[in-house]
Amino acid sequence: MIVFIIRRSLQSGVVLLLMSVLVFVGVYAIGNPVDILISPEATPQEYEEAIIAMGLDKPMWSQYLTFLNGALHGDLGNSFVFNEPALKLILQRLPATLELAFGALFIAIVLGIPLGLIAGIKSESWVGRSIMSGSILGFSVPTFWVGLMMIMVFAVMLGWLPASGRGQTTDLFGIPVSFFSLDGLSHILLPAVNLGLFKLSLTIRLTRAGTRENLQLDYVKFARAKGLTNGRVIGVHVLKNILIPVVTVLGLELGSLIAFAVVTETIFAWPGMGKLLIDSIGVLDRPIIVAYLLITVTMFIVINFVVDVLYSVLDPRVRLGEEKI
Amino acid sequence: MTTSAEDVTIQPEKVTIPTVESPFRRFVSDFSESKMALLGLAVFLCIVFAAVFAPYISPQDPYDLAQLDIMEGRLEPGTKSFVGYTHWLGTDDQGRDMLSGIFYGLRTSLAVGSMSALLALLLGGTMGLIAAYFGGKIDTIIMRIVDIQLSFPSILIALILLAILGQGVDKIIIALLAAQWAYYARTIRSTAMVERQKEYIEAATCLAMSHRRIVFRELLPNCLPPLIVVGTVQVAHAIALEATLSFLGIGLPITEPSLGLLISNGFEYMLSGKYWISFFPGVALVITIVSINLVGDQLRDVLNPRLQK
Repeated sequence: MIVFIIRRSLQSGVVLLLMSVLVFVGVYAIGNPVDILISPEATPQEYEEAIIAMGLDKPMWSQYLTFLNGALHGDLGNSFVFNEPALKLILQRLPATLELAFGALFIAIVLGIPLGLIAGIKSESWVGRSIMSGSILGFSVPTFWVGLMMIMVFAVMLGWLPASGRGQTTDLFGIPVSFFSLDGLSHILLPAVNLGLFKLSLTIRLTRAGTRENLQLDYVKFARAKGLTNGRVIGVHVLKNILIPVVTVLGLELGSLIAFAVVTETIFAWPGMGKLLIDSIGVLDRPIIVAYLLITVTMFIVINFVVDVLYSVLDPRVRLGEEKI
Repeated sequence: MTTSAEDVTIQPEKVTIPTVESPFRRFVSDFSESKMALLGLAVFLCIVFAAVFAPYISPQDPYDLAQLDIMEGRLEPGTKSFVGYTHWLGTDDQGRDMLSGIFYGLRTSLAVGSMSALLALLLGGTMGLIAAYFGGKIDTIIMRIVDIQLSFPSILIALILLAILGQGVDKIIIALLAAQWAYYARTIRSTAMVERQKEYIEAATCLAMSHRRIVFRELLPNCLPPLIVVGTVQVAHAIALEATLSFLGIGLPITEPSLGLLISNGFEYMLSGKYWISFFPGVALVITIVSINLVGDQLRDVLNPRLQK
């Protein structure tokens, strides 16, 4: 077991290191940010000074080592545009992105599980069929276009909900959050639904498949034979059994929600780190791009590592399969 | 053994087969069982037609500046143009006819989507076959890379690469290729692992055929059906991903207007109620993706040996 954890964490470390080299070399090899940041009227001397001030005159490997050394001490360089630490800027926006991701997850669970249960119980009726068709549509239609249509219908035509921004925030342990005020809630509703739509379809499918499978099993027949009401059989016994796989999959999907938040944040002008990334790519603000990519990749590697270790605890075959290699 | 798989790739309409129960004929009749899939195929062929013949069927060449008039910008759908034809889907901010723009956009979207899916299929297919055929260390290394890659969502891989590479048609194809090859590799490996155990591979080995011949002439044709299914779904996925990235402004450059760019172009006018600049290209995108998915779903059912009657 310990060998397995050591091997896995070594592998995660190697992946992270490779990613940092790839991202650093790649990002720093493109374009010259000085051209964008310095005014066109600058004298050649001012130009040279700007290059030296940003450390762009040194060779690539030396820049990388400086960067790696800084990264290990939690310093990913200063943003060229904001002139503040890139890590701080990203972390400042992390709560907004996480709030959006959890909001989306909440919507996927709260709507997805009941709809999936209904589709599973009445799989042959028109209700079940239309829920399934809806979920297929949710898989096919690109998220960003649905977001635009939601803005068009709910913000422009009906004028019910705001189309952009985060609205009024209240502080919770020093971190601003939106979902304690009505104004904040009205701002998060559209983006969260938009981001959660894909996961909602996934939840419906998983719940439906689980329900159909479980309804055939003996314990359901036994519960019915005991004379339990239909609501209790499904709401307590079946629900408990289908929740395990659904929750596992959705937990794994949290990472991809953070990645896809880039799209939703851009559409709804949500001040999260995904929008910061897209803005920074536009102005070639390298430290921010590098910091975003490294933080996201690290989050993924940590999530995957935890999941792998948990699985190997729960299912020894995973661990034993590794031994042979 | 190999005939059934090869016939699958042939276009259904062009072939006439005299025998009644050929595998191909059965494939066609199985496929036609689902009316939705046939509808999907018909719609998809129409879309391909519109994309290929865009210069001949569009009312206007949207990228010929001589034909554009800025006075005709942002006209509502159904407005008559000064020249005489009707802008059925309205015009964008530059006075371009939206219908023509969509036809040309489909061209770019389909070309980029199918090109990257094809390259990903070639790369992923080869890697998967090599992993399954040789096994051992090679298999471990390739599949470890695949596993690591599949643990990241495809949009993140594409974002990383595009942040590094910058914009351009070749760059987005590279990004999509990198984001998708692993799906093909995993699919073909699992099929090839099963096929490798069968007698015909053993026979081929006894005949002292070269590794290359066994892999590509014997093993590959029998692994094609699942690859075709994954390929259809991945083309739809590639088109959607390209549209998303172009919408974000990090995909295709504005000189190559795909559907995603058209949608992004209309975004700023949406808040003033001019919905059509974003709405119609999006509808075209959704119809394309849904029709490909319908065909893919039915292909999966027909080509799945476990479901065969």
